[in-house]
Amino acid sequence: MKELEHPYKSEYVISKKKQIKRLLLEEKNNFTNIKIAILAGSTVNEVKDCLDLFLLNNGIKADFYMSEYNRFYEDAVFENSELEEFAPDIVYIFTSFRNISNDVDMSMNEEEINHRLILEYDKYKNIWQNISDKYKSIIIQNNFEYPNFRILGNKDISDSHGFSNYLMRLNEKFYEYARNNSNFYICDLNYIAANFGLNKWHSEKLYALYKIPCDVMAMPDIAFNVANIIKSIYGKNKKALALDLDNTLWGGVISEDGIDGIKIGPETAEGEIYLSFQKYLKKIKDLGIILNVVSKNDESVALNGIDNTDGVLKQDDFVSIKANWDTKADNINALSKELNLGADSFVFVDDNPMERDIVAKNVNGVGIIDESLPERYINAIDKSGYFEITNFVKEDLDKSKKYKENINREKEISKFVDYKDYLMSLDMKAIVKPFESKYYERVSQLSNKSNQFNLTTKRYTIENIKSIAENDEYITLYGKLLDKFGDNGIVSLAIGKINDDELDLELFLMSCRVLKRDMEYLMLDEIVNACKKRNINRIVARYLKTEKNAMVKNLLSDFGFDKLNENENGDSEWELKDLVNYKAKCKCIKVES
Amino acid sequence: MSREEVIAKVTNVFRDIFDDNNLTINDKTTANDIEGWDSLTHITLISTIAEEFGINFDMSDVVKFENVGDMIDSIMGKLCK
Repeated sequence: MKELEHPYKSEYVISKKKQIKRLLLEEKNNFTNIKIAILAGSTVNEVKDCLDLFLLNNGIKADFYMSEYNRFYEDAVFENSELEEFAPDIVYIFTSFRNISNDVDMSMNEEEINHRLILEYDKYKNIWQNISDKYKSIIIQNNFEYPNFRILGNKDISDSHGFSNYLMRLNEKFYEYARNNSNFYICDLNYIAANFGLNKWHSEKLYALYKIPCDVMAMPDIAFNVANIIKSIYGKNKKALALDLDNTLWGGVISEDGIDGIKIGPETAEGEIYLSFQKYLKKIKDLGIILNVVSKNDESVALNGIDNTDGVLKQDDFVSIKANWDTKADNINALSKELNLGADSFVFVDDNPMERDIVAKNVNGVGIIDESLPERYINAIDKSGYFEITNFVKEDLDKSKKYKENINREKEISKFVDYKDYLMSLDMKAIVKPFESKYYERVSQLSNKSNQFNLTTKRYTIENIKSIAENDEYITLYGKLLDKFGDNGIVSLAIGKINDDELDLELFLMSCRVLKRDMEYLMLDEIVNACKKRNINRIVARYLKTEKNAMVKNLLSDFGFDKLNENENGDSEWELKDLVNYKAKCKCIKVES
Repeated sequence: MSREEVIAKVTNVFRDIFDDNNLTINDKTTANDIEGWDSLTHITLISTIAEEFGINFDMSDVVKFENVGDMIDSIMGKLCK
């Protein structure tokens, strides 16, 4: 819903809450359901209501638990059967500078101040550890914003008697905890307040009257940021950019101005702005975001412009360059097929509002950066939240490389008449093993991102993966695929629960990057091997239909399972019996031990 | 802006917040008259109205509001300044 994308109008979101919610629930029907407990030190119902909307817009339906007014500490630390029964997936701790007593006075020395700081920090650490131990949930914790007055003026920030200094030191301790704990995320309230405008943010009136921590119109901003963190955790980030060239990556029109006439580089002010944008995109690429070009130009002209001018983005930085005279919507849909990414994983940037309009209407769910001025692109992408980072794994660094290797693989196919010969020529090797702790984060990330080649679309947090991996009653397998073109990394996961002599396959997924290589058959072979070792003779599995996983509707049939039943939603249940007589199905991938 | 225009604008805000296009209000309307007008909704109402008119309600104003009429009077007073 465009009205909930950045830049949304806060007044609109707040006043039309009910109507917006109605429309969102009508618009979509396949939601990821999660439970969020908000433990707050002030009145934040408006934040909850807006969070509800932003999450729905991202395909997430939340059930909320709100702590009793200002009982965030007690609710977390003491016996709480209601919260235990609720069993939150996420606990959001909404505290703000209002919850810190400003009782450091000028008579105290460094040691006394430090002591207070540690006591205050320990209170929070106690909350986090209690929540971690009892609920094993993800924690989102606000940091502290600057206070509403500076008793020590400009010295308030540097002098240890300053309240600002105290808050920033406390923040830094929070960040250290965040760096060392993987299920813990900071919501940067400090940035949100600064961005909103500290003067407008603070309201003595609202706090005195209703214990509301900030201006009501700032609450959508807080909710938007928290929603971005959550949707990122649940794998709903956008994954790729589709970038126009003329007047988007450089100033001017290359077919008219030539490589000497377009503005890109330090020689002109205009060129500098485009160069800044290119540098920003190069940094985003390092996060694992795929850069692509979609331009109405002859390919040779476009490539000349990219490679032979002063821009920092070269051909190599883009995974796919679509420079032709097809419509941009068609090109984005083609990119979607080529890269095996949903079209709604793309964000389109183009200075021409007509092009943006056409793409918005013809590519369902695609993100659009609604700006035409180059000096505004960075801010628009940055604030959009499309690429909010929560879990960054090493594999993300060279994502582009992996996608390009894949395109090389596709190109090889044309050399072969028999597809099987092509597969053998790839010289594929796989490592298939039970989950290892060094991969827990990557496994969780994959379970949250995979939508298409996924039988049950079950989502797992890092904590979930860890408990399952350490539990003898589960069989877990990850599959890493390599070939002569490169290493695809971990591309497949299987999780099965053992019930006596039967395995219940609750998760089976594969990355779309390795379709049609028979990797899924290798995983099946290895699952059966693991079952045989534990004297399991039957596997039951389910296909749970979603909007996105039609491609695995008949996977279990292809695997040789027998269908047991099917319901009116299209979900089906299957079994594979007599594993002792199972014959391996994958012939073209060698398993390395 | 005339009192009628202010009432019309405030009515629109009420209609959005309560998601009811047929809602009508008058000077005597209080929280007892509209279902769902609780203390939390009250905060949303006041903030949205303030934003809509580009004004700021003082603390002393807000605590004195007994009905919609008081609210309208306060808005009129601020718009005239």
